[in-house]
Amino acid sequence: MRVTCTVNGKELEADDVWEGESLLYLLRERMGLPGSKNACEQGECGSCTVYLDDVPACACLVAAGQVEGRSVRTVEGLADGDTLDPMQEAFVECGAVQCGFCTPGLVVQAHDLVERVPNPSDAEIRESLAGNLCRCTGYEKILDAVRLAAIRKADTRKAQAR
Amino acid sequence: MDFLRPQTWADALTAKADDVDAVPIQGGTDVMVEMNFDVHRPGALLDLNPIGELTTWEQLPDDTLRVGAGMPYVRIIEELGDRLPGIAQASRTVGSPQIRNRGTVGGNLGGASPAGDLHAPLLAAGAVIEVESAARGTRMIPAADFYVGVKRNCCERDELIRAFHVKPAAGPQYFSKIGTRNAMVIAVCSFSIALYPGEKRIGTGLGSAAPTPRRAYAAEEFLAGVLDWSGPLDDRVVARFGELVADAASPIDDVRGTADYRRHALAVMAKRTLGWAWKDLGNNGKAA
Ligand SMILES: Cc1cc2nc3c(=O)[nH]c(=O)nc-3n(C[C@H](O)[C@H](O)[C@H](O)COP(=O)(O)OP(=O)(O)OC[C@H]3O[C@@H](n4cnc5c(N)ncnc54)[C@H](O)[C@@H]3O)c2cc1C
Ligand code: FES
Ligand code: FES
Repeated sequence: MRVTCTVNGKELEADDVWEGESLLYLLRERMGLPGSKNACEQGECGSCTVYLDDVPACACLVAAGQVEGRSVRTVEGLADGDTLDPMQEAFVECGAVQCGFCTPGLVVQAHDLVERVPNPSDAEIRESLAGNLCRCTGYEKILDAVRLAAIRKADTRKAQAR
Repeated sequence: MDFLRPQTWADALTAKADDVDAVPIQGGTDVMVEMNFDVHRPGALLDLNPIGELTTWEQLPDDTLRVGAGMPYVRIIEELGDRLPGIAQASRTVGSPQIRNRGTVGGNLGGASPAGDLHAPLLAAGAVIEVESAARGTRMIPAADFYVGVKRNCCERDELIRAFHVKPAAGPQYFSKIGTRNAMVIAVCSFSIALYPGEKRIGTGLGSAAPTPRRAYAAEEFLAGVLDWSGPLDDRVVARFGELVADAASPIDDVRGTADYRRHALAVMAKRTLGWAWKDLGNNGKAA
């Protein structure tokens, strides 16, 4: 079947999509967007997290056909050209990235948290990242990164409001 | 394989009637896991996402809430948490934020897993499931009659789940679940309670404790008979209630827990949730 959807602001089309295939496969194998990672294919690790119509979802659990006419935003779509999103930058600066496999999913999920909750508590950060597994960093640096990005985003908002 | 994308509820019912083996898919959080692991490869997927009315809820003239089968957990929590506290508490324990953003109560009902977290609070709250077929129209099925076997509900092959109907909470409601951590766990067992002070009765629901989710009828009847609604809780009443809830279970030994542990845990959860609910009523002998 053919699937047409908006990915990172661009309308994309894929042909000969197998009906049982996931959004994750569609993104990685057909649309050349390998940012979202495939680790468990059962919703347990969160490394495939993308926005589907502005709501974070595990791309491995969305059937490709379900995104017909809808919009998807992946980790690739968070940066503005070469300028990283503050969440991406904070992950780099805080050493919240080791092998990097979990990073795209964590960045998207944390991005959503800070969009919705500008000044999240530690409990809120932990709760919101409960569906994302990292086997390398031990989470402390990831928490640091989310806190730092939240502060920077709040500062930017203040500056813009002035 | 076919991918069916009906745009209206009527079209979805027709599609299901035309191909009774088509597998409905809403959040996909159960269906896609099976597909990804090749557990089950259906002839057709029937995508219900385009049908907007499934993701809405309304309050009927008699106050009953009619909640669409496609309402994801996150919206049940945000929009109905005050009116359906037991169902919202259970929704908060499902998976992770990503799973709660997509997963639906309709999908939980469709899967009818004995470990599905929403069944116990639906039973305790006396929910009624609205199912429909193109040929025979609507059927209203009390939750207590809905589950018929391990991962089996009483829907006919040409039927789809449209909504669940439930009254806003008439009193305190609680959901309690045993798991090894706070997120991403299948319940070892779960328990839900709903108090109806006006009718002087209580509702219960057990999860992961028998081949199907079920109510603890003897425990409900016992409490309705002995509770003094204007006074403090009697410890002996609480203890007996716990025993009767445990007796209502027919659990199995498996990797998540032994049958004995499950019975014990159910008694503890039953006693605790009754205590919490009673405290909310303000009937500790002080306020009443
Ligand atoms: C990582 C992970 C963690 C999870 N944690 C929990 C948990 O803690 N507690 C819990 O209870 N569940 C959990 N689940 C299971 C799942 O998320 C829930 O059962 C959820 O409610 C399924 O809803 P869905 O909309 O995604 O269903 P889908 O996958 O779309 O469908 C599930 C089943 O229902 C059928 N169905 C769907 N809609 C209808 C309809 N309208 N009419 C008839 N049949 C229909 C489908 O054909 C299928 O058989 C988890 C799943 C994952 C992947
Ligand atoms: S690959 Fe999707 S959650 Fe793990
Ligand atoms: S950085 Fe390696 S899995 Fe998280």
